[in-house]
Amino acid sequence: MTKIAFPHMGDYYIPANFLLSHIFKNTEVIKAPKITSKTIELGTKYSPEFICTPFKYTLGTMIECLEKNADILIQMGGGCRYGYYAPLQEEILKNLGYKCKVLNLVSEGEPNLKRINKLLKKIDPKYSKIKALYYSFITFKMVKYMDIIDNYIRENIGFEIEKGSFENLKNQMLVTFSHIKNYRELKRTYKRYLNKFHKIKVHKPDNRLKIGIIGELYTIMEPFSNYYLEKQLAQYHIEIKRFTNVHYLLFEKAKKYKKYQKYSKDYFTYNMGADAADNIARCKYLCENGYDGIIHIKSSFCTPEIGAMPIINKIASTYQKPVLFFSFDSATSETGIKTRLEAFYDMLEMRKEK
Amino acid sequence: MKECYLGIDIGSISTKGVIIDNDNNIITSAYIWTEGNPVEAVKNLLEILKTKLPKEYQIKSIGTTGSARKLIGLMLKASVVKNEITAHAIGTLTFYPNVRTILEIGGQDSKIILIKNGIIQNYAMNTLCAAGTGSFLSSQAKRLGIDVEKFGDYALKSQNPVKIAARCTVFAESDLVHKAQVGYAKEDIIAGLCKSVVLNYLNNVGKGKKIISPIIFQGGVSKNKGVVKYFKEILKEDIIVDENSHLMGAIGIAVLAKKNKTGSTYSLELKNLKFQTKAFECHRCSNSCELLKIYRNNELVDSWGSKCGKY
Repeated sequence: MTKIAFPHMGDYYIPANFLLSHIFKNTEVIKAPKITSKTIELGTKYSPEFICTPFKYTLGTMIECLEKNADILIQMGGGCRYGYYAPLQEEILKNLGYKCKVLNLVSEGEPNLKRINKLLKKIDPKYSKIKALYYSFITFKMVKYMDIIDNYIRENIGFEIEKGSFENLKNQMLVTFSHIKNYRELKRTYKRYLNKFHKIKVHKPDNRLKIGIIGELYTIMEPFSNYYLEKQLAQYHIEIKRFTNVHYLLFEKAKKYKKYQKYSKDYFTYNMGADAADNIARCKYLCENGYDGIIHIKSSFCTPEIGAMPIINKIASTYQKPVLFFSFDSATSETGIKTRLEAFYDMLEMRKEK
Repeated sequence: MKECYLGIDIGSISTKGVIIDNDNNIITSAYIWTEGNPVEAVKNLLEILKTKLPKEYQIKSIGTTGSARKLIGLMLKASVVKNEITAHAIGTLTFYPNVRTILEIGGQDSKIILIKNGIIQNYAMNTLCAAGTGSFLSSQAKRLGIDVEKFGDYALKSQNPVKIAARCTVFAESDLVHKAQVGYAKEDIIAGLCKSVVLNYLNNVGKGKKIISPIIFQGGVSKNKGVVKYFKEILKEDIIVDENSHLMGAIGIAVLAKKNKTGSTYSLELKNLKFQTKAFECHRCSNSCELLKIYRNNELVDSWGSKCGKY
């Protein structure tokens, strides 16, 4: 029996696990162990030094999965170095003596059905296409629902009256989602939990601080890699706006590019790869829509975002909004992050008071 | 009894303490080396402050800042624990309400704070490298066999400072050794070092920031006349260095402490206080968090470093 595994990103292991375990009957899906300091240590040890940090995290998880006897690893790709992750990681893992295949399901940022069909046949030649389509539909819905609920949490978690109520309910929801069987059940569960989330009591003052988080996709979506930035911001009672999530990347990004380009045509003409253009437009949006500050996060050596940073700086100084830049690496000092965040918060408070 | 407020700034190299009264006048201050032991340094600092403080004053509130702010905040039961960026800005604004730019070079970090109409607009802090900070200067001073305090005077004597590759501390040091072995005069090398600190600061921390006067330069390095001279030369602006520039962080946190007084009175008597930290590594999961437990008079007051929140 073949065993497949995939690296972590936020809570998305639940829909991914759902999809893979339903499409392939004769394969076992291995749940990757949670990302810990050991994961990043392993990843850093075997990665090229100046590669972006998501490579190190995913490589670390892959090694941990291979230790659990996985045969096939699934990786995604994007419009930057991310697209080369799969072949390079396969090469590294082979050199380490593991026997495995790394499949890149989304190459060059575009999901191509014919290509995916070919790849899936590599895993199981007899898989059913109709079943695959049906379960993909449910999976994408699940991703959408999770993202909607996450957005609601982000806007409200800083103002909860009873501490931890959002987090506890979300954990409950994730457990329920991981046992879903069909679409009807999914929809019913989602509605039930959405109701429950809306019922959590919050105290939202009118003059609350609002912050937008923009930046590189993996670092934004994997809380371990950004040192639980959103959690820390919530402790300061800040409303958080975040654009990037999997639903956006899969279904909205391609459509929105033209709109973004028109919206921020004063700032860029050509596509800069990955999410750079999106982030420039978002920065303008945040400045124009009454947000108090912007936090831009990326992993070290992320080239598209490095290109976007001076432009973001320019937009922010035109609109007189403060921006805080973070570059996360495997060797980032947590104290440094805390000091800067604290100072950023103090600054926003002072600006608000005057 | 008159009321007064204590602000302590525990930096990587030096520990500063300031006591102010209700009108932000400095009653007394002290400045000692941290020497890698913040707890002992603060105990010594308080001893000095105690002897200097006139009898009619009573401390109403304590604030801590600097890299050991949390630890000392716990030890003294401080009413405010704030980061050094805010503390420096507040401190400077109390004396210079019109300031637009604060340049700060401390022992371990350097920052730039941009201010408009008395509000912080933006700030930046050095990220990865220690080149161009006080600890770099003090280690080089030791290599050259000169007291850091005299560095500035040496630098002013020089007519043509040597160029030193100061992008990185390690390379700067090897370049410095090379220049010394080739036979350059000590003054020229020291002046070159001071200049390289300025250039490094402006290229690293000050990158992309508009530096508008009035400019105030502070932090321990501001006491170095050589660095001040080259800042003036390169920025072509006047640089204000306050006589208390090294104490600004402590003054700022004292002002914040004044705003946050709790009503209780603090004593400077800490000789008998037993303050201990115990470090251990947790092996419950593969995160292997390094944990630090803090005991105040043998009573556990806090523990830090846990990722999962168990401790």
